Amino acid sequence: MSTTLVYLDSPSLAQGSEPGKADRELLAIAASRGDVVVAVPAELPEAATAALGAYGATAVVVPDAPLEDQLVAPHAAFVAAAAQDAGADLVLLSNTGEGREIAARAGIRLSAGVVTDVVAVGPDKTFTKSVLAGAYTAESRATTGIAVATVKPNSVEPAERGSGTAGLRAISVPQAGPAARIESTEEKPLSGRPSLDDARIVVAGGRGVEGDFAAVEQLADVLGAAVAASRAATDAGWIEHSYQVGQTGKTVSPQLYIAAGISGAVQHKAGMQTAQTIVAINSDPDAPIFEIADFGIVGDLGEILPQAAAEIQRRRA
Amino acid sequence: MSDATPLNVLVLVKYVPDAQFDRRLDPGTHRVERTDSILSELDEYAVEAALQLVEAHGGVKAGHRVTVLTMGPDGAGSAIKKTLQMGATEGVHLCDDALAGSDAAATSLALAAAVRHLGGFDLILTGMASTDAETSLVPSQLAERLGLPQLTLVSEIALEGREVTARRDGDTRTQRLRAPLPALVSVTDQFDEPRYPNFKGIIGAKKKKTHTLTLAELGLSAEEVGATGSWTEVVSSAARPARTAGTVITDQGDAGARLADFLADQKLL
Repeated sequence: MSTTLVYLDSPSLAQGSEPGKADRELLAIAASRGDVVVAVPAELPEAATAALGAYGATAVVVPDAPLEDQLVAPHAAFVAAAAQDAGADLVLLSNTGEGREIAARAGIRLSAGVVTDVVAVGPDKTFTKSVLAGAYTAESRATTGIAVATVKPNSVEPAERGSGTAGLRAISVPQAGPAARIESTEEKPLSGRPSLDDARIVVAGGRGVEGDFAAVEQLADVLGAAVAASRAATDAGWIEHSYQVGQTGKTVSPQLYIAAGISGAVQHKAGMQTAQTIVAINSDPDAPIFEIADFGIVGDLGEILPQAAAEIQRRRA
Repeated sequence: MSDATPLNVLVLVKYVPDAQFDRRLDPGTHRVERTDSILSELDEYAVEAALQLVEAHGGVKAGHRVTVLTMGPDGAGSAIKKTLQMGATEGVHLCDDALAGSDAAATSLALAAAVRHLGGFDLILTGMASTDAETSLVPSQLAERLGLPQLTLVSEIALEGREVTARRDGDTRTQRLRAPLPALVSVTDQFDEPRYPNFKGIIGAKKKKTHTLTLAELGLSAEEVGATGSWTEVVSSAARPARTAGTVITDQGDAGARLADFLADQKLL
């Protein structure tokens, strides 16, 4: 039996909510290997500990004093201490910007190899990931006793609720060293749409939307999809940067990706070419996006998207 | 920072295969084939941020320095050259055959040794990720090894006396950060567009010096870096089958409905 430490830091957990889908995926990977110890960097209400137990945690570890309001370093010190305390040979975190940074520093503290962007964990701690913007699939291993991995969402079936229980214990966290102070945090308003990271369907707009994302958003809402954008659209200021898919934005692998008014430059393809099905709509018949699309339409997205949205709604009515 | 104390900034850059072309892994070593390489596009933002910080406090004339450090093969000198043309004041090239195949842990070990060897930096700037490995691990690992505060993935940066402030934009929140110098900062592509080298910059760069460093000068052995010093290894790799074009139709006024048909056929509705 191996012990896996799973680091979860979603704010909803500290408020007593059940673990989210991405969190439950980490729990499922850990449970497939043996004992599951969950590390949460904040005080936890009893309900949250009970919920983590029900989803497979055998123990839950929290810091015995609140972590400093500082960036990354205290969290990494906590993760490393929790991994040692649990005797874990694998540490799993989510593959967010902060998750990777905490993994990076915890890896140094534990003298452990770190692998990012993982989509599957094999029984002998072989990690599968896409590299070179989805052009290759690679399998990596840590050469150290402990491995640290950050796992992308939508990689495995999430853990289901069972009848397990978990004990809570508090551990002391060593000094993290100099760190930046977080002076203020402003939460961004929620859009009500699924997040780009774990959406099953993504509708994206590019230069061809000419500043107006209304038709893209309308089709996204009919499909229950997330909205995304090419770099041309985010650089033009038509939509916020966090919606960008591509080399300098997010990498997504949804079941369906609809690219509207996106030419399909290397920069964009890098972020979406591992989608299962790609649909492209562009007024330029020579747009490179058609080379990778399963279904392409040459035409005006301002006509086609609303017509598709209306037709889908009609069929569902 | 008082204007009497010149600022000493180090920018870390990487020489990477140009993402505009097909990039390949060597089937034997699983390493990236390093042909057609350039200065990583994302590192240009770090260079721009360094130059703007220095310019806001009197520029190079006031004695501020912007040193660019790269770790890479012989050709990586061309990445340094571009940064000197943009306005960096000097270059350092850590170049040793034993470094090839280093993972993030081994890379951060070598870079930390180089930073200690060069010494005296107020700020270390990096890009948000390399455009080849794309792990974003090295900035945080370097901060951990050097015991520096990290202000990472930031889109704005400023100096207030001997403190650095920055804005970090995540998916769900925006944070304001502050730390005393020395500190490590990684800059996203939401920072201002990097400048192009102008004629004066290109001419001026010819007089600037690039210093080469070897592992021995850093007190590191070959075993501590490269594949043997790495804590991870790639055991297999396979090219993903290329996507092929499917059906392409031209809108005859019913394309929206035909899109709905396609999605229904694929059981995506």
